[in-house]
Amino acid sequence: MATTLAKAAGAEAVEHAARLEHVSKSFAVPGGQQLVLDDIGLDVAPGEFVTLLGASGCGKSTLLNLVAGLDRPTAGSITTDGRPALMFQEHALFPWLTAGKNIELALKLRGVAKSDRRGRAEELLELVRLKGAYGKRVHELSGGMRQRVAMARALAQESNLLLMDEPFAALDAITRDVLHDELTRIWQETGVSVLFVTHNVREAVRLAQRVVLLSSRPGRVARQWTVDIPQPRRIEDAPVAELSLEITEVLRGEIRRHGQH
Amino acid sequence: MASTETKTTAKTPQDTAQGAGLDGVEAGLDALEVPAPSRTTAKQTLLNKVLPPLVAVAVVLVVWQALISFKIVDDPTKLPSPADVGGEFRDAWLQGNLLGYIWTSVSRGLLGFLFALAIGTPLGLLVARVKFVRAAIGPVLSGLQSLPSVAWVPPAVIWLGLDNSMMYAVILLGAVPSIANGLVSGIDQVPPLFLRAGRTMGATGVRGAWHIVLPAALPGYLAGLKQGWAFSWRSLMAAEIIASSPDLGIGLGALLENGRNASSMSMVFEAIILILFVGIAIDLLIFSPLERWVLRSRGLLVKS
Repeated sequence: MATTLAKAAGAEAVEHAARLEHVSKSFAVPGGQQLVLDDIGLDVAPGEFVTLLGASGCGKSTLLNLVAGLDRPTAGSITTDGRPALMFQEHALFPWLTAGKNIELALKLRGVAKSDRRGRAEELLELVRLKGAYGKRVHELSGGMRQRVAMARALAQESNLLLMDEPFAALDAITRDVLHDELTRIWQETGVSVLFVTHNVREAVRLAQRVVLLSSRPGRVARQWTVDIPQPRRIEDAPVAELSLEITEVLRGEIRRHGQH
Repeated sequence: MASTETKTTAKTPQDTAQGAGLDGVEAGLDALEVPAPSRTTAKQTLLNKVLPPLVAVAVVLVVWQALISFKIVDDPTKLPSPADVGGEFRDAWLQGNLLGYIWTSVSRGLLGFLFALAIGTPLGLLVARVKFVRAAIGPVLSGLQSLPSVAWVPPAVIWLGLDNSMMYAVILLGAVPSIANGLVSGIDQVPPLFLRAGRTMGATGVRGAWHIVLPAALPGYLAGLKQGWAFSWRSLMAAEIIASSPDLGIGLGALLENGRNASSMSMVFEAIILILFVGIAIDLLIFSPLERWVLRSRGLLVKS
């Protein structure tokens, strides 16, 4: 399964799963332009797991939309290795299709032959440990199961880059912990690059190889940390907590600046 | 499940222990969070769905009979007894006319509705997706819904004469705006999240419309169809009552008009009951099951 999903061989030819150079984005507001993202430079290496961390108003989701190609930057350039897959905070599964058919739609839109879709969808469901869920309707699944189907659907795009926009923020803590373990396992099995947006510091440290902290209004890269705590980690592990504390301090410093006007 | 004992061991065993344990934890979470399916029994259905309308009909009949029996209304030309109306049904049945009356109107209504469907659907798509068309005819289309379709009968008779085409024209003018508007509001209410999700999967343009927009708009479209049928039926009855001619055959509207001309209140009642019955039956047999199936499959129908 890992071999079919991984694009390791092909990805080596490409230096970056995503490369952002001097990316700025402003939106029109009454009375002028509001700068949301300011001169963002960021590389995601093939197979790398990067979390983007920031408080409200740092433009995390805007940045992800730009990388996903749903919106264009005002200035700068973004290059990705193919079209990235995107996962949202809400599962965004289509309620008129079963779990399996949701995945098959992604396969179909990618041009996978009809005869191969069913088997591939079953494989992907097995990868997210939802073997029996093929014929289930979306409303028959729990929140955690929905996000796992959404993950399977995103993986069905066989993109080299998986963008995740706070995908676990709406889940309860127990389910979230389990899905952290799942995501780490799937990332390791597939070798996909992940750009994961969150405002949860511990989650960022728990998952990533690299944590990128964005400042708010406008969003700039404030600081980066390489996380070399070996996987599998747990959110309660002492090194995770230690680094989280350090990052939280810097994050609070960034937030404090906004209260000082 | 990967509890204290796994923590104390070295990294590698923890890896496997955690991996194996996760399966169980996940299965447990899934089982806990998915509600157990509940089935209603036939007895419950009978008690909750079938009995109440039967009681309501019985009450109406009892009150009606009481009005006659206690001579509160003592004028058969104003209020015939239930037995008289029942006799009217029996006569029509024995003469072999009853099903003919119904079929004349129902076949007209359904055929007209199908025409309306064929016109209203592309029209709705056009209004929903093309800005210029929406600005041009969107308000008119909504406005037409509030115009009683009986207003179209006189011009339709003048333009098309007293034949079936005039009936269909009136049905179309009544039903097309409802169907088109239903589709438009269905499309307008497609959650933007679905469109974004579709776009990241490569569903843009025609593929986006086919795979994302149309299925997402289906509930609104069906609501429009349901209303479209009601409007078709009402328009047709208005047309049949106003425009009667021997060439047109006797539908339910003509039956009502004949009853009035013959001063036979029981025939008028017969026609009204049949019109009501057909309207309800088509809705119960076709549109409600369709709507409920779509809503239920999407988890949008809350079981009471």
